[in-house]
Amino acid sequence: MTDALILARAQFAFTIAFHIVFPVFSIGLASYLAVLEGLWLRTRKPVYLDLFNYWMKIFAVAFGAGVVSGLVMSYQIGSNWSVFSDKAGPVVGPLMAYEVMSAFFLEAGFLGVMLFGREKVGDRLHFAATLAVAIGTFASAFWIIAVNSWMQTPAGYGINAQGQFLPLDWMAVIFNPSFPFRLVHMVLAAYLTTALVVGAVGAFHLLKDRAQPAARKMFSMAMWMITLVAPIQILAGDAHGLNTLEHQPAKVMAMEGHYQSHPDGAPLILFGLPDQKAGIVRARIEIPKLSSLILKHDPNAPLAGLDTIPRQNWPYVPVVFWSFRIMVGIGLAIAGLGALTLLARARGKLYDWKPPQWLALGMGPMGFVAVLAGWVTTEVGRQPYTVYGLLRTAHSASPLDAPAVAASLAAFAVVYFTVFGAGLFYLLRLMSQPPHAHETGPGGPSPLRAAGLTPAPGIAPDRLLHPAE
Amino acid sequence: MPIDLTLIWAAILAFAVFAYVAMDGFDLGVGVLFPFFQRGAQRDTAMNSVAPVWDGNETWLILGGGGLFAAFPLAYAILMPAVYTPLIAMLLGLVFRGVAFEYRWRTERAKWAWDLAFCGGSALAALSQGVILGAILQGVKVAGRGYGGGWWDWLTPFSLLCGVSVLAGYSLLGATWLVLKTEGALQDRAYRLAAWLTGATLLAIFSVSLATPFLGAAYWRRWFEFPRILATAQVPLLVLLTAGALVYGLKRRRETWLFPLALGLFALGYVGLAISLFPYVVPTQVTIWQAAAPPSSQAFMLVGAAILVPIILAYTGYAYWVFRGKVGAEGYH
Repeated sequence: MTDALILARAQFAFTIAFHIVFPVFSIGLASYLAVLEGLWLRTRKPVYLDLFNYWMKIFAVAFGAGVVSGLVMSYQIGSNWSVFSDKAGPVVGPLMAYEVMSAFFLEAGFLGVMLFGREKVGDRLHFAATLAVAIGTFASAFWIIAVNSWMQTPAGYGINAQGQFLPLDWMAVIFNPSFPFRLVHMVLAAYLTTALVVGAVGAFHLLKDRAQPAARKMFSMAMWMITLVAPIQILAGDAHGLNTLEHQPAKVMAMEGHYQSHPDGAPLILFGLPDQKAGIVRARIEIPKLSSLILKHDPNAPLAGLDTIPRQNWPYVPVVFWSFRIMVGIGLAIAGLGALTLLARARGKLYDWKPPQWLALGMGPMGFVAVLAGWVTTEVGRQPYTVYGLLRTAHSASPLDAPAVAASLAAFAVVYFTVFGAGLFYLLRLMSQPPHAHETGPGGPSPLRAAGLTPAPGIAPDRLLHPAE
Repeated sequence: MPIDLTLIWAAILAFAVFAYVAMDGFDLGVGVLFPFFQRGAQRDTAMNSVAPVWDGNETWLILGGGGLFAAFPLAYAILMPAVYTPLIAMLLGLVFRGVAFEYRWRTERAKWAWDLAFCGGSALAALSQGVILGAILQGVKVAGRGYGGGWWDWLTPFSLLCGVSVLAGYSLLGATWLVLKTEGALQDRAYRLAAWLTGATLLAIFSVSLATPFLGAAYWRRWFEFPRILATAQVPLLVLLTAGALVYGLKRRRETWLFPLALGLFALGYVGLAISLFPYVVPTQVTIWQAAAPPSSQAFMLVGAAILVPIILAYTGYAYWVFRGKVGAEGYH
């Protein structure tokens, strides 16, 4: 592997890992905002409007970061992966064009109205704009997951004399074998990740003041989402895993740490240290036959290992093995949080029993970690290919000199850590202030932003006339 | 004659790129001119004049890149590595100025830093876009189905001239936009800036026009061969007319004239580019037909584009209409 190639991979991994955090949050948050505004229009309870305005400010910051980091992605495919672009462009390019035309324009076109236009267009049209933004974020997920799924499980294509992939059947390209599983898994992940953030912010303010009405409302809504969706996500993830076993067996072998074949029932390796050179997992803790039971629904079913695949086609097991465990571990913890808060609710102590609130606070960022770990699992697990089984990563990169890629990687690293680090700081500062009655839209009277980390100075004097209800 | 999908896609992409230049040009220009406005109300108003529309404007750039990838993958594969350095610079510039729209309102202490990011990022993006244009116009080395040159090939006096020219032109768009959208002291300042920038932009158009035919014999023939010249000569003549109207509008303070006239200059420059380039997408080496994706790709996308682009234009128009008129002093933030 050449230096330029490994640098190009590092750069793509770095920029896309930064980027994915924002769409995940904006897919979930846009839907949450639409729900809040819908509830407000129906019930006219001010708490919903306060929550809407509170989260819209946060949405605005996250969305802007998503736009600019996404713009980078749309050009980086050509700048760093030009051979891939030439070969796969006829298939994946149109899907991305559809993403731009049906999703990005919709989001961006109505975002301005959503952020700044309530007074100008009235409540109903404003709600329509919010819905358009939410639909746009979902449409964006649809198309980009179609692209990624096609690269994982290509279908509906032919190959011409220049080695380009040609679309033969667009329905087969879009609805390729792994697409439905991946889309469901990803959208649920976005909802759960957002619910964890909303829940953590709610918990933070509940722990300080358990009578805070907006904090109670958002904590309760977020925990309902987690209680209901986390178990569904586990089932969806399991179904996705079975689909992967069918179409990308080497990836599942890497996830399971199965270097060796197991002709009569494969063990589930809970933990261990995969040694890629030796082709074994050291120091492993395993449960006999459980892997066969999960993957084949039969404890004695044979499962092939990486020893059935030429070594040059192996994914790098240690990364896939561990990222998968991180994702699953967090997934189970999220389901646990859902169960615990359901229990608290059943006892009528959702707002009074503190341990689940502390747990929710601590779990706030874990959805993002799980999403990143999941993507690492599926992307590193696809290696050494960009288009699975057909186009190798080593044959996909641009003919660039290593210093060019190294310099741009360094520039991205410096800029992203500065810019998005600052963004994170501003987001946390917004979240650290409690939502108050008569919350204004993004901005509001600007001295508000002079506030420090404690909420008190953040409340403009006129708002003190309306103590927390 | 069968429908030439490739030609249609070339036209759609040309439209997307022009839509980008026309729309993001002025909001980048507002960023470039930011230091000329007073801290506080003037800067807030200037930023608020573009805040509700900038994401939509920038989306045309994504369509330009994504569309090139989809409809002309070979051109995308050759050109993006060829302009690697200015491309990355442009993207980083856009990152800085894009986040500034929100960050700037989230801090008092570091507001100056985001003002700087807004101005510097906008200027870097504008400059880089011009350099990219120049680098493509002057030609790139092609090897097989890829780029065959080094990562500093783009850097020439010509590409830098193009960079400065686009910077001047976008600034003119920004200044005339502010004349249209603001009042009082800010508008006075925008008028003064617009006057200077009209001169700078005309000088830039003149220099680039003079330099381009000397880049290669092909450009020369395209512009000066008889009888082509009868048609091509109309472009510089129209530029002169537009420039005259712009100068007159500046003198008489016709606030609604200036922005459309400045856009007119860009449109004419764009027609000039089309004359220089067509039908090449990588000048003198790869035509649009050679770079084209297969008909099944282009046809599939055309269905979507035929339905969605008019809808996009309609709601983009709606968004502009919602925020029509002068920007209020109170601002949206």
